[in-house]
Amino acid sequence: MSNRVEFKLWLAHRISGMALGFFVMVHLAGMIIAIQGGLSSSEILQRTSGNYAWGLFYSLFTIAAAVHSSIGLRTVAREVLGWKGVSANVVLSSFFLGLCFVGLSAVGGLVL
Amino acid sequence: MKTNRDKKEYWASFVQRWSGVALALFLPFHFMVLSLILQGEQVLDGFLYWAEAPLIKLAEGGLVGLLAVHLLGGLRLLIIEFFAWKEWQGYLIAIAVTGAAAAGCLFLLRAF
Repeated sequence: MSNRVEFKLWLAHRISGMALGFFVMVHLAGMIIAIQGGLSSSEILQRTSGNYAWGLFYSLFTIAAAVHSSIGLRTVAREVLGWKGVSANVVLSSFFLGLCFVGLSAVGGLVL
Repeated sequence: MKTNRDKKEYWASFVQRWSGVALALFLPFHFMVLSLILQGEQVLDGFLYWAEAPLIKLAEGGLVGLLAVHLLGGLRLLIIEFFAWKEWQGYLIAIAVTGAAAAGCLFLLRAF
């Protein structure tokens, strides 16, 4: 990959990391509040069903997490395993698309 | 002579990298569990009932700690990369470790 593409991936990793800084803080606070007394589907759906602001928040969170984790794993694959080139890019692009598909399906199931 | 491995910065970047790998590998399972809602409330409830086991809650507390340490360690990296070095930034590693331990403990206190 050219230096230009590598720079864009580095930038995407940093920008998604900044966005995740906000998303994760809200998510951590939400988890710590919600976990008391255990969780149930009806309790989760009560908070999420029809809540489009929640849906938008978690859709963006899912995409940012997919971008950040895929690029991060790609860097580790290159630096630790020496795995790079087309095969690594194909596997990690598939990982990214899979995360987006499953994550956004879950958000859709909880909100719609 | 001190090697690079003796430095706390080495361990901070070690923890940042491997907590990120662990979280990235956990993400597909997390999304798959949430997408169980698409198969019906009772299917997700079946998983949530299983997740009430103390060992699972302990593991979840560990994941919360990993997420918090990766978040705080990431904020530390952004501060170091985007701002001029100041003495107080040396305390960011201690803040990240303490914040992560506090988040994990708080989660466990509320979960049990």
